[in-house]
Amino acid sequence: MTDTILPLSQLPKGASGTVKYLTAQGQVRRHLLDLGLVAGSRIESIRRSPTGDPTAFNIRGAIIALRNEDADQIFITLDKTMEGKNECHR
Amino acid sequence: MNVTDKSLCTAAAYEAFGLRLSKNQLVIALAGNPNTGKSTVFNALTGLKQHTGNWPGKTVLRAEGTFVHRNKKILLVDLPGTYSLLATSADEQVARDFLCLGRPHAVIVVADATCLERNLNLVLQVMEITPKVVVCVNLMDEAARRGIKVDTEVLSRELGVPCIPTVARDGKGLTELKDAVLDVARGVIVTSPRQVSYEPYVEQAAARIESRIRPYLPGWVNHRWVALRLLEGDMSIIKAIIDHLGNGSEQLLLQEGSAVWAR
Repeated sequence: MTDTILPLSQLPKGASGTVKYLTAQGQVRRHLLDLGLVAGSRIESIRRSPTGDPTAFNIRGAIIALRNEDADQIFITLDKTMEGKNECHR
Repeated sequence: MNVTDKSLCTAAAYEAFGLRLSKNQLVIALAGNPNTGKSTVFNALTGLKQHTGNWPGKTVLRAEGTFVHRNKKILLVDLPGTYSLLATSADEQVARDFLCLGRPHAVIVVADATCLERNLNLVLQVMEITPKVVVCVNLMDEAARRGIKVDTEVLSRELGVPCIPTVARDGKGLTELKDAVLDVARGVIVTSPRQVSYEPYVEQAAARIESRIRPYLPGWVNHRWVALRLLEGDMSIIKAIIDHLGNGSEQLLLQEGSAVWAR
């Protein structure tokens, strides 16, 4: 079975996924990579702001808020277990 | 790089960053990701001998403090906590400019032992700029509580720079950290930092740029690193060099930089 790939912005709250690739380019791409968003990184959606943007994610042990605009350019596969936990919680 | 030529431009370089040095004082920069206990390390090392202000021309807070270790006076400069040295924010720019142009005698990079992996990105970036790095692997107690063991000896070997385990909150490992920093700063310990090597076409392009900008840069600036930034299309590094060093060849440097950018 093939995993469906979806943008990070569509990861439901509390769910986790694995980064597959980034479509962002230039400085935005470098910045996202520096934040730990490289292929294979586990990422979990922690909470969403009242307006729905930005969303806070657990990326390799740090909670980082991303705008939808940026999360749209990060593509992930959904993890099998919905309650998947990141090993590196702060 | 970094042959210590005690020229006038050293003092000028510190002055451009708003630092006043007393005689024979060593300058140590403190870098690290946010939330790694960097401030705890800073406070533990300097105690009450601190001074806060802003970085010249920036609304970025700076703390500096002094301490004496083995009869050597040390000025510790706290850099903003950042995930990278990309200069996309004022914080990152301040950290990058100081590491590249501020000529610290050594740099401490504080890393969080509970999520070491994500901290090593900054460690590698700092090691790309300067070989005089000591990694402070902090929050070792927190890591142990979570069943994470960090073998700092293996880490030191892999990175090629001293890695010191600490629990800054309890003052553990700080003497060892100060020893290592002093030895690196004075060249007693010669590090061999693991260098990131890029694809051959990137290396070739960087080497070409490097040879073109070399005539306009002082010897102690890391030419390869500046070339790599230009290759990324980051002109802000040229501006920073001109702002801090203004040595007469800026127009030429700007032209070379723009020429690289244009292609």
